[in-house]
Amino acid sequence: MSIVSDNKDALFAYLLRLGDNALIAGQQLGKLVAHGPELEEEMAVANFALDYIGQARMFFSLAAEVEGAGRSEDDLAFLRDGMDFHNLLLLEQPNGDFAQTTARQFLFESFYQYQLAELAKSKEPRIAEIAVRIAREIRYHLRHHRQWLVRLGDGTEESHQRMQRSVDDLWRFTGEMFSRDEIDTWAAESGVGPDPSSLHDAWAAYVEAALDEATLRKPEQEWMASGGKQGTHTEHLGYILAEMQHIPRTYPGAEW
Amino acid sequence: MVSAGLQQQDHAAWQLVGSIPDPEIPVLTLTDLGIIRWIRSDGDTTVVGVAPTYSGCPATEVIEASVLETLESAGYAAARVERVLSPPWTTDWISDEGRKKLAVYGIAPPDKAAESKRALFHSGQGIACPRCASIDTSRVSEFGSTPCKASWKCNSCLEPFEYFKCL
Repeated sequence: MSIVSDNKDALFAYLLRLGDNALIAGQQLGKLVAHGPELEEEMAVANFALDYIGQARMFFSLAAEVEGAGRSEDDLAFLRDGMDFHNLLLLEQPNGDFAQTTARQFLFESFYQYQLAELAKSKEPRIAEIAVRIAREIRYHLRHHRQWLVRLGDGTEESHQRMQRSVDDLWRFTGEMFSRDEIDTWAAESGVGPDPSSLHDAWAAYVEAALDEATLRKPEQEWMASGGKQGTHTEHLGYILAEMQHIPRTYPGAEW
Repeated sequence: MVSAGLQQQDHAAWQLVGSIPDPEIPVLTLTDLGIIRWIRSDGDTTVVGVAPTYSGCPATEVIEASVLETLESAGYAAARVERVLSPPWTTDWISDEGRKKLAVYGIAPPDKAAESKRALFHSGQGIACPRCASIDTSRVSEFGSTPCKASWKCNSCLEPFEYFKCL
């Protein structure tokens, strides 16, 4: 299937954002493998990590094709520096305790479900077919993380406190999901993807209902951090990339 | 002009490719799984359209490699695999034959109509135990040993079993 967008640079940048979100989410969850509190949770997290890495590969291989500069999906994952990564700041925040991982995944996936629903209608057919494919997987992820949010929020005093603290701590990174820059504007105007701000109300209603069920308070913080999409990251991304990239950079072209 | 010979060859290629076992659930063939979408000839090259199952399923590459290996060892001069994302593979693509094989193998087959959320999360009736057919079963975890399976147990025969979950 051919690529229809005529602005290849913008499309490439847009695909990197989608791919980087998936890659960083997958890498973060992958770190939890062998650290699960019980076997079932262990398998869940491994499955999620695998889904995200698979999603990243689809976005990156399309991005590499759009760029047409001879870079591969692996080159895009392993040979870019932090400032060339365009994932949301939310996703690079540390796993922390289980409540923090749950809050991060829940806040992102509740947004991602609406983003994917819109991307499934993309005028760029290759993006649409990828989005249809992965929206089904994200339903499982979101359901799981919503369940944990409720179970921990409406659990013991300790679990409630930790869940509330995690939601509070991460809230300032949620605004970036709905902010719009020139790439988002291009995507919205050319029908490639949604105007991010248009997803906010559905997301807020979904999140508020879940927080309510979890007996958690919606944070009142209004100041929002941003910059991830443009390549200005929190300190955490560097550590993630160092761990993820050091083998392919130390042994370029290594295969096993 | 489409020659009879070409069609003959395509038919043979279908037979070969379709009977390759899935690497993770070897009781199913690729045809049972419903992931071979088409086989075409592009000049001298035989091109096979394969639909990936789950995004990160590690079996995808193994499957593609065995398709190529099977065709090449059967004398096909050149073969190539193309990934087909649309329409996306869902568990509804698993054949009835495949569903029977799964149950015999000890994996409860997925509900039909993966489109419905009810089937997707299986909020309805208990899944039938593939060993004793009891529907008095309960879910241990939505996740299992591979991305496509959930862990269940039977309350009648007390055996754990896997359920091929809907996607």
